[in-house]
Amino acid sequence: MDCCLVVGRRSWQEILKWNGWGYNDSKFIFNKKGQAEFTGKRYRLGGMVLPTFKEWIERTFGASLEHKTTSRASLNVNDVPPSIVNEEFLQDLRATKISYSQDAEDRVFRAHGHCLHEIFVLREGMFKRIPDIVVWPVCHEDVVKIVELACKHNLCIIPFGGGTSVSSALECPEEEKRTIVSLDTSQMNRILWIDEKNLTACVEAGIIGQDLEKQLSESGFCTGHEPDSMEFSSLGGWVATRASGMKKNIYGNIEDLVIHIKMVTPRGIVEKNCQVPRMSTGPDIHHFIMGSEGILGVVTEVTIKIRPLPEYQKYGSVVFPNFERGVACLREVAKQRCAPASIRLVDNAQFQFGHALKPQVASIFTSFLDGLKKFYITKFKGFDPNVLCVATLLFEGDREKVLQHEKQVYDIATKFGGLAAGEDNGQRGYMLTFVIAYLRDLGLDYYVIGESFETSVPWDRVLDLCRNVKERIVRECKEKGVQFAPFSTCRVTQTYDAGACVYFYFAFNYRGISDPIHVYEEIERAAREEILANGGSLSHHHGVGKLRKRWMKESISDVGLGMLRSVKEYVDPNNIFGNKNLL
Amino acid sequence: MAPPTARGPRPPARPPQRAGQPGRGGVGPWAPQRGGRAAERGAARRGGARRAMAAAATTAAGRARRGTPMFSQKELTSKKRDEFEDILEERRLSSDLRYAMKCYTPVIYKGLSPCKPNAIKSVVLQSEQVQYVIKQLAKEMGESPDIIQEEAVEILDEMGHSMQLGTVRFFAFTLSKIFKQLFQRVCVNEEGMQRLQHAIQEHPVVLLPSHRSYVDFLMLSYLLYTYDLALPVIAAGIDFLGMKIVGELLRRAGAFFMRRSFGGNRLYWAVFAEYVKTMLRNGYAPIEFFLEGTRSRTAKTLTPKFGLLSIVMEPFFKREVFDTYLVPISISYERILEESLYAYELLGVPKPKESTSGLLKARRILSDNFGTIHIYVGQPVSLRTLASGRINLCPYNLVPRHLPQKPTEDIQEFVSDVAYKMELLQIENMVLSPWVLVAAVLLQNLPAMDFELLIEKTVWLKGLTQTFGGFIEWPDNLCAKKAVMSGLTLHSNIARLINGHVVLNDKGVEDGAVGEIVFKRALVILMCSTYRNQLLNVFVRPSLVALALQMTRSFRKEEVYSSFSFLRDVFSDEFIFFPGISLKDFEEGCFLLTKCDAIQTTQQEIYPTDKGSVVVSFLSAMFRPFVEGYQLIFRYLSKETKEAFTEKQFIPGVRNYVFQLLEKGTTQCYEALSSDMQKNALAALVQLGAVKKKKMSNGFSYSVNQEAIHKILDVFDARTPVQKPVAARL
Repeated sequence: MDCCLVVGRRSWQEILKWNGWGYNDSKFIFNKKGQAEFTGKRYRLGGMVLPTFKEWIERTFGASLEHKTTSRASLNVNDVPPSIVNEEFLQDLRATKISYSQDAEDRVFRAHGHCLHEIFVLREGMFKRIPDIVVWPVCHEDVVKIVELACKHNLCIIPFGGGTSVSSALECPEEEKRTIVSLDTSQMNRILWIDEKNLTACVEAGIIGQDLEKQLSESGFCTGHEPDSMEFSSLGGWVATRASGMKKNIYGNIEDLVIHIKMVTPRGIVEKNCQVPRMSTGPDIHHFIMGSEGILGVVTEVTIKIRPLPEYQKYGSVVFPNFERGVACLREVAKQRCAPASIRLVDNAQFQFGHALKPQVASIFTSFLDGLKKFYITKFKGFDPNVLCVATLLFEGDREKVLQHEKQVYDIATKFGGLAAGEDNGQRGYMLTFVIAYLRDLGLDYYVIGESFETSVPWDRVLDLCRNVKERIVRECKEKGVQFAPFSTCRVTQTYDAGACVYFYFAFNYRGISDPIHVYEEIERAAREEILANGGSLSHHHGVGKLRKRWMKESISDVGLGMLRSVKEYVDPNNIFGNKNLL
Repeated sequence: MAPPTARGPRPPARPPQRAGQPGRGGVGPWAPQRGGRAAERGAARRGGARRAMAAAATTAAGRARRGTPMFSQKELTSKKRDEFEDILEERRLSSDLRYAMKCYTPVIYKGLSPCKPNAIKSVVLQSEQVQYVIKQLAKEMGESPDIIQEEAVEILDEMGHSMQLGTVRFFAFTLSKIFKQLFQRVCVNEEGMQRLQHAIQEHPVVLLPSHRSYVDFLMLSYLLYTYDLALPVIAAGIDFLGMKIVGELLRRAGAFFMRRSFGGNRLYWAVFAEYVKTMLRNGYAPIEFFLEGTRSRTAKTLTPKFGLLSIVMEPFFKREVFDTYLVPISISYERILEESLYAYELLGVPKPKESTSGLLKARRILSDNFGTIHIYVGQPVSLRTLASGRINLCPYNLVPRHLPQKPTEDIQEFVSDVAYKMELLQIENMVLSPWVLVAAVLLQNLPAMDFELLIEKTVWLKGLTQTFGGFIEWPDNLCAKKAVMSGLTLHSNIARLINGHVVLNDKGVEDGAVGEIVFKRALVILMCSTYRNQLLNVFVRPSLVALALQMTRSFRKEEVYSSFSFLRDVFSDEFIFFPGISLKDFEEGCFLLTKCDAIQTTQQEIYPTDKGSVVVSFLSAMFRPFVEGYQLIFRYLSKETKEAFTEKQFIPGVRNYVFQLLEKGTTQCYEALSSDMQKNALAALVQLGAVKKKKMSNGFSYSVNQEAIHKILDVFDARTPVQKPVAARL
């Protein structure tokens, strides 16, 4: 047994929270003075005091620092369901020299993603079913062996990458009687080769996003694929969920980036005979794999497009008098096909939220400047601070073109009443994207639960959908007896020719509710119904998992579902990949 | 000018506390923003002594939760209804001029971006919807889009309202004068106004009043002005534009005009629909129209028209608005202004064309007394709640929303269900005056009746009506004799007290030709039946059970039910039934009859009780004019020899036929002369498949299926014992 690797693996597991998002050392706390602070040194916000944040929380949620809940400090090993693995399989497994573990902590760590209800269970309860054993293949061949063994012994395999799923995709089906093997791809994390002539790289699927970019940058390249979870999510996971990255306007979404996929299935290995930009050989088999959510097999190696690192990056931001004007501007930018690497529009509630996360200003001068800016926008330009909204921008490329591009975008913005609001605001906006995920853990300590969800929608329905979904959330909360108005907010995060991706944040104070998770799920469900009724999709990039399965039929029709089923039946007739996602 | 741009100072918003939601630790972000303004004003206006309208706040909260399920019938237990306030009372005490000039800063929709009536027109003209149709038509007809665009402009100019506060104030003044002259009281349920106030702020609102009289027309505007709520825009028939000055005045008071039929004209349809939807989406003003489409000449609710309703529902289906409130409003008249006009019209004397000079001539009625008007503003119904779980919106997702799209079948069905539901809600809250009961009793005891007996019967009927859920306005301290007397006084043109007997007032019947006698008698009977008719929709379910009991030889439930079903189908255009719930209606009818001890039911059977015979025979007698009338009309058609006929031929034909029978004394069924009944009967036959209706270039043509019609007649004839079958059976 290769102990070394397991230890390496463990060290990663150990710097992450076992019952929340991200790194152990990074979190929001209230310091002795009662002011909010973000700990650690990993983020720009680290170690900074956020003077107005506490007031914002109290105002928005009616939460009070006196009412606190606490999570269990650590995992209670006695609660964990026992590992049931048949000895013959273990013998066969040992013979392959693939490292494995039946340790309770290892198994619980891989029993969940990051849905609210999963985190809640970690803090206060225990999963009914978790993997019986974790295996760490280090290469494609290891995976082939594991899948063969699983077929031989009739086991259930659940592939595990970064564990950042938000669709209940990693949850073990409670009724699964077979041994569940969690196939952790994290040790398959090498870049196998880089082809500079064709600008492609062949990478093992277990590599984590930030490692991929770091290693590629050493050779002067990047993939440019930056989902918000890129610090923790894996390449294989991106493929399995049809991920989308923040900078897709330049680099494309995962389906645009992938050149070749190798996947191990119970039926054998599926791959193509060449690595070409496009081919006409019937329906693209990659599209069975992308978004298959682990029900067909394990993605082991991916050839992905790479680009030279951009010479120049520039952030920016624009203030609009209201959300309608902002959306109109984004639509125009998409129409002219001049979207920067990233362009996002947050609504007023999120603008105020971002404002509340502003760190203490360093000097009187900056505070004076801030005051001046505010005066200019609200008094001189007549923007209502309770209505205005902000777009954040990120430009990338060679310097000259970026500056040109920037001008073009700002000119369009001006036509829609937008005012440039500086680089700093833009940069903070993007930094918050990574930090915002930590906020849920803080909320959970103070009776506030929340989640985000997303959809894609045609341009002409963006405004109606945003308004109706937010309103629906507010109404549902009221009806379900939530005592305080919820935080219900949205942003447009991606623009396309034909529509946009919209992201919703939704959180509420659950004091006085006996079964908050159930209430939460009912409201989220209502919100999803509303999205569908407004002509939005079931998901833009989070995937379906088990959380959104009930709407699959209505989303892709009976026949469509049958098509997917027949693929599953052919590839995996014994349901070895039995995580029960999607279908 | 519609929504005020400049606003006067406002009272500070109320502290955000809501009844029924105690201490939530300080801030309550749920609080309504502008709660209780009308209440404050109302109270202030009337010296603060009024009941505070706190209830409204609670209802607003409860509304979303309580939303009426689609198929539930009205509550059968006697319902608690709001109390009324007389808004004329104050008009009699203070200056009308000051009232008309008062500071008017209405409660408006929270999402409203104020704009002028003309701005709406240009939004409509520029809309993708209208532009699309213009381009389509231009392509099809090979004409330049500019020409069609101009046509659209003309349509809009003909259609569009141009609401002005000045005109509204003018009407506030003149209507005050006229109302005080004509009516004793105009009573409104203030709690309903409160609920309306909340609804107007929250979502676009559609006002759906009943339609019995021209007075309805500006009544709600008058009311909303009085209570400082946003004034409605009102869908009006184009014929009003024929009236000089008045048409334009109405336009400035917020009326917009629709042609009576524009099925084939795509441009007109597109412009009209978009005009209405634009106003709704913007929350520009509450939209008011009459589901019945026209004034009911018989005081019976007419079956609903679906066109406008489906237009106002569409923005919700397309999710252009979060929700839409439909507000059923019942306007009841103690004495209908047009009662004699209606009677003439029903007998075939044409309705005078709307004209200003006609209106001026009609001013002599100003010296007459028309009693009290009751306006009951019902609970706003959330369209979202009604639609929840019912309709598949996928078709709307797959086509751009600005393309004209024929509604799917389930949408059409839903629209129809909503229309019927709204009418049933209107009916539920119609106020019935004691005179309505008197008329019902009187019509069963023609031509004269002992006064004391009439009083006794009226009181008895009052009890029965209340058991059936009727909403009678009969003050507790008013003795029966006075109530009946005041009814007789008010309606002296219909009946009079002579020597202790109440007799129909068919003056001049004794002398004159036979034909003239019949006509005059028919006139007064039809007028009288207008009042009895107000009871019918409350009574129809138990009464059809009673009729079915008489038609059926056995007491077996199934057989009674099948007769009930038959009657319900035959009368489907005569009375208002929620579509497709025949069994529920039957059960409701049985339940109500059981409640008043008229019948007993077992698992399989239904028996009239001993003392129930009075009720059962009263109920069947109440509906006998319809049974007999339909039989006469069917019989006429069964003798029809022509291959095909139009409605214009049918009506005089059947009228003459009935007229002759009346002259001969073969029948006493004067009501069969009513063109309303004749049309309904024909429509029923079309639905039952006994008459074929074909669309021709100039209207419809009908042809009779003799076999089918004889079959229907057999069901009626063979099984309807003529004399007191209940007594015979017991």
